Amino acid sequence: MFLAPALIIAVLFHLWPFINTLVLSFTDARALGGGSFVGLENYGRLLEDPNFWLATRNTVLYMVVVVPLLVVLPLLLAVLVQPKLPAIGFFRSVYYSPVVASMVVVGLIWTWLLASDGMVNQLLQALRIVQEPLPFLTDASLLLFCCMLVTVWKGLGYYMVVYLAALGNVSKDCHEAAQVDGAGPVRRFWSVTVPGVRPTMFLVGLLGAIAAMKVFAEVFVMSYGTAGPGGQARTLVYTIREVGLGLGGEVGYASAMSLALFVLTIGFSVGYLRAQKAETP
Amino acid sequence: MTTSLSAPAAHVAPQEPQQLRPDRARHTRGGLVLRYTLLALVFALLVGPFLWQFLTSLKDSSESIYTPNPIPQNPTMENYRTVAETIPVFRYIGNSLIVATSSALLNVIFGSMAGYALARLRFRGRTVADVMFLATIIIPFEVIMVSVFLTMRSIGLVDSLAGVILPTAATGLSIILMRTAFLGLPREIEEAAMLDGANSWQRFRTIALPSVKGSISVVAIFAFVFAWDDFLWPLVILKNPDNYTLTVGIQYLSGTFSANQRVIAAGTMIAVIPLLALFFSLQRWFFMGVGEGGVKG
Repeated sequence: MFLAPALIIAVLFHLWPFINTLVLSFTDARALGGGSFVGLENYGRLLEDPNFWLATRNTVLYMVVVVPLLVVLPLLLAVLVQPKLPAIGFFRSVYYSPVVASMVVVGLIWTWLLASDGMVNQLLQALRIVQEPLPFLTDASLLLFCCMLVTVWKGLGYYMVVYLAALGNVSKDCHEAAQVDGAGPVRRFWSVTVPGVRPTMFLVGLLGAIAAMKVFAEVFVMSYGTAGPGGQARTLVYTIREVGLGLGGEVGYASAMSLALFVLTIGFSVGYLRAQKAETP
Repeated sequence: MTTSLSAPAAHVAPQEPQQLRPDRARHTRGGLVLRYTLLALVFALLVGPFLWQFLTSLKDSSESIYTPNPIPQNPTMENYRTVAETIPVFRYIGNSLIVATSSALLNVIFGSMAGYALARLRFRGRTVADVMFLATIIIPFEVIMVSVFLTMRSIGLVDSLAGVILPTAATGLSIILMRTAFLGLPREIEEAAMLDGANSWQRFRTIALPSVKGSISVVAIFAFVFAWDDFLWPLVILKNPDNYTLTVGIQYLSGTFSANQRVIAAGTMIAVIPLLALFFSLQRWFFMGVGEGGVKG
């Protein structure tokens, strides 16, 4: 049977765990035993858990900052590397290289650049922009912000390639007609390119948003596993791991939190696709 | 300035027909200068950090790593040796190779089998199968991670490489990519083979599979890179430092060695250089994969 191996994996490691997560979220299961039914207790606890709200706020904030940047910057980059010019293929390839690196590698590289005695601070001090080194990694808000920039930095090349495929389909005639009519490059970008790749912009927005909701490695690596002072830069996935797989192993409670993440992701996606449908005539 | 200059431009996206690209024949000199200036600026922003890290990894302990001069005065491999003395880095490389290679192989085998069934075969319950595979794409792994850990514990795969590999052994994306590839093949040859008495396995092995080598490469490469780079799941399931994959091992190194940037830099280079080499030698498959995966997945 052709489907058997893939189906077994899907059931054993995706569907069954999902059902199990649902069930466990109504119990007080711990890593070592337990598991009696407690009704909605975990969900009630979620509503009163400041860490959960902090994580949710940070995760949503992450999305709000990262998504517009990931929709716009790679498009500009794609336009930059689109024409056939000498060495342009080289630039395309090089721009993609952060995508193939692991987030652990990228995170550690930026940890070094952003350290209090790191390159960025040295530069800022040499240029007399700041007197004291900026606490990029030791201030929770700055840390979260730096993680966002790292996410964007690593994602640029990926979405650039997605846009390049779409740009290939933007009508050449429209560009030429606009040019004949005397439209400059900026005008042509707004009136020809942007409408042409609009569906792709929506797609990139959705992919970027879903990725942003699952953010973990950036924050974990750049804070040496602490999510900043007092865990103030925590994200939802960070908190789920801490609660469910940490020393306490509160599996039931972590399951409820996982489902909150699931509802957030799916809710957003459905709302987003509805909004897109309403926009497109 | 005309397009006659464009001959050496590397062809990175072979599936993309050239004539669709707007051909702006009239690049002005000023426009070109501006474009290349911007290209160089972005180049510095995206490559600079890698380069800075690489140069840091070559500086010996007598030299300051804080100087604005990025070029090492006495380039040394000492930091790489220190990495090998601090963590069992060859073991980690081996573990990552096992995980990434197995994941690539299993995704190709299972993904193409399932993709073929969904594209060509008639059977009962195919809607159910469709929905199941769709669900694996819609449910983020992070949501079920705690529960998958419990499943792994009950089948005794915690702290094993098999436990790292299995959840990603047949991803929804691989199945979709392979299904799309098989749907693109003409049906006639397979129908002729069917009349000649070839069963579905023979048709799959000898006719369909050899025709989709491009998609197989894409699936293999993406599975390999994903598994090599993955961090969260190996971090969750591997307990004993001897079993770590390279990403978890490098993070562990940075935790225990956070004072010595040179050594951490060397560690990150060990993790990233093989992948960059893979990327630059096989780049057209990477771009093809983004095109297909990004648009359809």
